Amino acid sequence: MAIFEYTFMQRAFIVGILLAIIIPCIGIIVVLKRLSMIGDALSHNSLAGVAAGLVMGINPIVGAMISSIIAALAIEYIRKKIPRYSEMSIAIIMSAGVGLAGILSGFIDNSANFNSFLFGSIVAISDFELYLVIVISLCVMLSFIFLFKELFFISLDERSARLAGIPVKSINFIFTILTAITVSVAARTVGALIVSSLMVVPVACAMQFAKSYKHTVLYSVFFAVLFTIAGLFLSYYASLKPGGTIVLIGVVTLLGILFEKKVIRWAGGRVISKNT
Amino acid sequence: MKIIEVNNISFGYSNMPIFSEVDFTINKGDFVAIIGANGSGKSTLLKLVLGELVPSTGQIRLFNEDVQHFKEWSKIGYVPQKGLSSHSNFPATAEEIVMANLFSQIGLLRFPKKEHREKAHTALKQVGMQEYAKELIGNLSGGQLQRVMLARVMVNEPDIMILDEPTTGLDAETIKGLYQWLNKINKEAGLTILMVTHDITNVHQHVSRILCLEEGSLIELNKEQIHHELSHKHKHPKNNKAERIDKNGDI
Repeated sequence: MAIFEYTFMQRAFIVGILLAIIIPCIGIIVVLKRLSMIGDALSHNSLAGVAAGLVMGINPIVGAMISSIIAALAIEYIRKKIPRYSEMSIAIIMSAGVGLAGILSGFIDNSANFNSFLFGSIVAISDFELYLVIVISLCVMLSFIFLFKELFFISLDERSARLAGIPVKSINFIFTILTAITVSVAARTVGALIVSSLMVVPVACAMQFAKSYKHTVLYSVFFAVLFTIAGLFLSYYASLKPGGTIVLIGVVTLLGILFEKKVIRWAGGRVISKNT
Repeated sequence: MKIIEVNNISFGYSNMPIFSEVDFTINKGDFVAIIGANGSGKSTLLKLVLGELVPSTGQIRLFNEDVQHFKEWSKIGYVPQKGLSSHSNFPATAEEIVMANLFSQIGLLRFPKKEHREKAHTALKQVGMQEYAKELIGNLSGGQLQRVMLARVMVNEPDIMILDEPTTGLDAETIKGLYQWLNKINKEAGLTILMVTHDITNVHQHVSRILCLEEGSLIELNKEQIHHELSHKHKHPKNNKAERIDKNGDI
């Protein structure tokens, strides 16, 4: 196929599929912990890191990772300090990230480079970024597989998980770091402004069909990979921005699934009322 | 054998005292209920027993070890107040929920084996939920969710089961079945049970001891006092504390 003749498209598919595997793995825990907006907060903070990296002349992805990790730890800290209003921590850190990114962006000479992080540039991946995504994806996948039962229990009931002997604090810390790193590399590909959608939308689709937790994880990954492949094809042939296309395909699919379920329920209700 | 020893503890939030000089012991084989009105501090007392809060004075010991240094949490089966009802949209099956509690037997970074799956099924069978093993918890009723929670605790073969308001949101028939089941495992399997409830009407027929918590103090009720409490449900036992001490020298 003509699309695969270009090296940049081959890279886009490799990076896109790897991220489509790891983002929902993080996303499912985030959704089940009722922290869906954490991806948004971290990606906005990654922008502050990108801006700082561009200003100071260091790799913007490394800058994004550092700022996301600091933001993720700060969110956890505030959550523990005000447990009754824990969602406030996300809003506080997101505002701080947006503010900082706004100020730092004023000092960047080449604003096009900064803007590429807002909506992503999956077709402009460098060698370093490709290797970084491969290494991070392997780390996230292995951590998710080996901590599968621990993460499941913690997201279901943290207190009982602690009583069962799970080192909740350590695993939460590892998960926070993994989330921050995943969000910062994903910001480069799908874009900081839409990364949290890719974290939540495939999980929301999977939850409509899944019959168990394991199914939910597998279906989430399946949907994310499907959206990414479809998004890359569509964006290539229709000359659209890949990041936005991937996310919009996901949102449209979710709306379609919800609509179909509603129609089926409505039709089922009519059949039952006719029979009775 | 002493399982829980609470020695003269006091506790308060930001200079607002909740308890003072609370003292009680739970022995092996006991079936004890701690009763008290809403807001009397029953759940706070459980948090102290589970080591989530630290008393300002006094000491709590679990299996002869200070709670702050206690490590063998798998000996304690804890059923939280809302159980699974607050997680009814969680995409997990009854079997997955029960298996989660086998962590101490499976081990960190390890995968469950066939024997663990069999244990989960045995626990579900114990509470009459084996046919719902593969059912999403979102499709189960309140009473069924409660039974899954009990299976989750039982799968670990604990030495003591601690239940926080287990009857909240359940209908009368389910509550009756729950108490009968608890009574059975207490008598037949010798499982020690500590429960926190405000439901003295149903609980008194099944438990061996009732502790009453109110206005910062804890007193143990004898049978006579329980019947008195049942007939004067709105009258606080503390009002008759002096009388109780006369009749019941060990309090």
